[in-house]
Amino acid sequence: MSIRDVLSPFTAWKYLFRDPVTITDPLNERPGAARYRGFHQNDVQACIGCGTCETICQNAAIDMVPVEEILTESGDSGLRPRIDYGRCCWCALCVDICMTGSLTMSNEYKWVESDPDAFRFIPGVDKKHWDDAELGYRRPEGHRLTPARRVEMHELEPETRIGSFAEIVDGYSVADGLLEAERCVACGLCVATCPTHMSIPDYIAAVRDGDYERGLALLYETNPFSEVCGRVCTHKCETACAVQHEGEPVAIRWLKRHITDQVPYERYREIVGDPAPATGKRVAIIGAGPAGLTTAYDLARKGHEVVVHEERENPGGMPRYGIPEYRLPYDMIDRDVDLIRSLGVKIHCNSRVGTDVTMDQLQQEYDAVLLSIGLHLGRSTRIPGSEHQQVTKAVDLLRAITDGEEIEAPRQVVVIGGGNVAMDIARSMARLQKQQHGEVNLTVTALEDFAHFLADPEEVKECGEEGIEILDARGPQGIMLDENENLIGLKTWHVVSIFDEQGRFAPSYDESDEQIHQGDMVIEAIGQMTDVSLLSEELTEKLEWNRGRLAVDVDGRTSESWLWAAGDCVKGPDVVHAVADGHRAANSIDSYLKEKTV
Amino acid sequence: MGYQPDRSQYPQQREDGSLDIDLTSGKYLKLWQGPQHPGITGNMSVELTVCGDEVVEGKTHVGYLHRGFEKLMERRSFIQCFPIVCRICVPEPDFNEYCYAAAVEELAGIQSPERADWIRTLILEMGRINSYLMYLGGQAGSLGQGVIGQWTTYVRDLMLDRFEELTGARIYHMFILPGGVRGDLPDGFNKRMEETLCEIENVLKDVYETMFCNAVFKKRTVGLGYIDPELIEPYGVTGPTARAAGVAKDVRKDQPYLVYPELEFEPVVGTDSDVYARADVRRRDLLMSVDLVRQILSKMPNDGKLMTKLPNVLHWKIPRGETYIRGECSRGEYGYYLVTDGSGFPRRVNVRGPSYTHAVALLERLIVNINISDVAGLMVSLHTYPPEIER
Repeated sequence: MSIRDVLSPFTAWKYLFRDPVTITDPLNERPGAARYRGFHQNDVQACIGCGTCETICQNAAIDMVPVEEILTESGDSGLRPRIDYGRCCWCALCVDICMTGSLTMSNEYKWVESDPDAFRFIPGVDKKHWDDAELGYRRPEGHRLTPARRVEMHELEPETRIGSFAEIVDGYSVADGLLEAERCVACGLCVATCPTHMSIPDYIAAVRDGDYERGLALLYETNPFSEVCGRVCTHKCETACAVQHEGEPVAIRWLKRHITDQVPYERYREIVGDPAPATGKRVAIIGAGPAGLTTAYDLARKGHEVVVHEERENPGGMPRYGIPEYRLPYDMIDRDVDLIRSLGVKIHCNSRVGTDVTMDQLQQEYDAVLLSIGLHLGRSTRIPGSEHQQVTKAVDLLRAITDGEEIEAPRQVVVIGGGNVAMDIARSMARLQKQQHGEVNLTVTALEDFAHFLADPEEVKECGEEGIEILDARGPQGIMLDENENLIGLKTWHVVSIFDEQGRFAPSYDESDEQIHQGDMVIEAIGQMTDVSLLSEELTEKLEWNRGRLAVDVDGRTSESWLWAAGDCVKGPDVVHAVADGHRAANSIDSYLKEKTV
Repeated sequence: MGYQPDRSQYPQQREDGSLDIDLTSGKYLKLWQGPQHPGITGNMSVELTVCGDEVVEGKTHVGYLHRGFEKLMERRSFIQCFPIVCRICVPEPDFNEYCYAAAVEELAGIQSPERADWIRTLILEMGRINSYLMYLGGQAGSLGQGVIGQWTTYVRDLMLDRFEELTGARIYHMFILPGGVRGDLPDGFNKRMEETLCEIENVLKDVYETMFCNAVFKKRTVGLGYIDPELIEPYGVTGPTARAAGVAKDVRKDQPYLVYPELEFEPVVGTDSDVYARADVRRRDLLMSVDLVRQILSKMPNDGKLMTKLPNVLHWKIPRGETYIRGECSRGEYGYYLVTDGSGFPRRVNVRGPSYTHAVALLERLIVNINISDVAGLMVSLHTYPPEIER
């Protein structure tokens, strides 16, 4: 203690002559820092309502709610986050996890309101004065709480795969499957988009847990063609996947296949379970494709007796006779079909309705009949010369390849078409050319330009890798013949537009841009139609039709009360749509059979 | 000099060691101090038994701020615990964020990037400065010197501005995520930080003249709350409280973490182990933190990643394991004991806040024989924050 200790404190008096450090009027504007975590903003147009913000919020401050004028559509739940500022702790994890980056925070922090309920609001929908604030917390560049990059799928090298019809895709290893499954944010947008509403987040969770049998049970609950769909599904789910906004969508199709790869086939039957006790009802199904067999699967599990008539040598329908083996090995179709058979479904192959058995007979012998006869007739371009014997249809050739017929591959082939079937036949013929002539010489001419191409991008890419030339925006004008009537090529014009102003199919061409594509064979792959010749004339008259297709109600029932129709023949070509259609028909038939019992 | 209590009326001890206090005798009075009172940042009660104006016994009562953080975390995913942990200590939340993040990183087998470690260290030292500034105001205020609190609050507010521009928040920064930190230093940050540090140094000079060179403050604090250095180990005393007793405990040196091995500093040690010594150690420690912030900003690498790649945090599972992560906060050793069982939630999170040992066992020992008017000053000198007592 010294005299200094007595005098020193008086130095504090100097503060009397300093400016006050506090603000005299506390309501003065004082903007928050540039990255201040203030009130929320949401770009509702960019938001997809995936709900990851709701999932990550540890205070349950966020609820996903329906919003007027925002419609539910593929890839958008139609819901938007409503935030309760009585619960929010401004941690901004919702901003960090936001898949689209639509959710942000402004640097605004003052909000005075007398109604406490006002503090529960939908950012971006309930207009606020900070909606246009430019500053505030945004997810920093590169700051991700979920992995953006897809785990690469290993495939056979182009030079290896072109030599045979061996399956191209390897499938994920357990480690890769786990990594890919981890990317899923379980938003469920895919479930709504999948035609058959598979429990995708749940089976992906099963992969993460390593519980493949649980995953398989989930697969076969909604899709008896999981082996098939795990390989060739058009995977609309992946177009809805929330993760694609951060990078690539989750490889949902490959994960489905991964589950089927991991469970021994001997276990399938036990996992799927036994059918219900027999009801005594009988159902006939015409066509053993995905739609027909899905209906058979559902009805058999419900205890009904199901008999399937299949015109061809083997069951499987369009997947077997329309999709090449390098994409979908036949034994994988057999696995799904055998599982359905094991539930008691009888499949009579080489049994053509109309010849071996008539529709009238089926109507009399069974309680209900389902038509699921696919699209086995190819359409023709009807250009001059298209009736030439060296002009064939893709479906016929693909069927011949499946049946193991000897096909002499011409040295030069031209394919007309830009869809997946065109790619399928081009790649199949390329393999045959390679096997028989040692080289690939094949041109695909598509009506659409690459910006509006119909085939999957990976198909186009793999075609290129296999040496197939794809020419876009080329309209076929005529088959070129030499003086001996031998086919020598195809004449095409450049396509200016495909549809007219009313949106009708009416291609217009630039005639000055003419090309001749040399070839010994021209294959038409421009679409398919149903072969309805099995129906009797009388029945054809009685049934209602819709632009050449059978008219059905939402459940797949035709205008005849005993007859249903499902699959490609009513919905157009797609495996998973056919499966979904099969379920709908099965439910409808089951309700009908129950009513009959009462 | 030292404090000279009058022990003439001090109660006898019973055979079991407890005090023989007969409340009906009229000699003693029960007095509740708290749960709101100037001796502590937060809510906590001391049940005093006084004889005249002298405390003969003090029992601590805690739990007023119990929000069950540790239990809450057992039902939160690993990422969801991140916004919770900072709330365990209001004035210096960043240690919770760091210890939790480091524990998760260790058990999950991930490594935060180097630049993130520098920024983490910066944040921790900024938080230490803030905590000490709040302490100095409280210590002076508890003994009637309100002006110090006004000054330190002013400079603390400047530091909160720096926190705001760096982390996006003033109090609960929520910036140190498992895997790294959320953002980089904003443009011009170093310059503004330097201005803030200079202002803090200026204010600390005034604080020194007014508070530490002050006959009244010395009269009241020298000799008050003496902690025998031999009590340091058995009572689990850490941080400035231990260092004021001459025990150079500092986790930053003893078990260096983050980038402390690359910084030059020596633990600040005192000798007298009383309230005055503890305040002085903290003042000097504060100045050392100011120096450390300067060192960090000058030595930090100019660029680099801020976050390591995380798995999908929505279903982040961490293998079975346990770890204890500790760090030196402004009050002593802060630690997180984390147990994981392979699921998506922590099996157990135990937070070791230094306040637990200081505010309960140590206080009950020190409070005996002091004057009622010194209780608040003594409690502040232990620098405790109740939320971390009861987590």
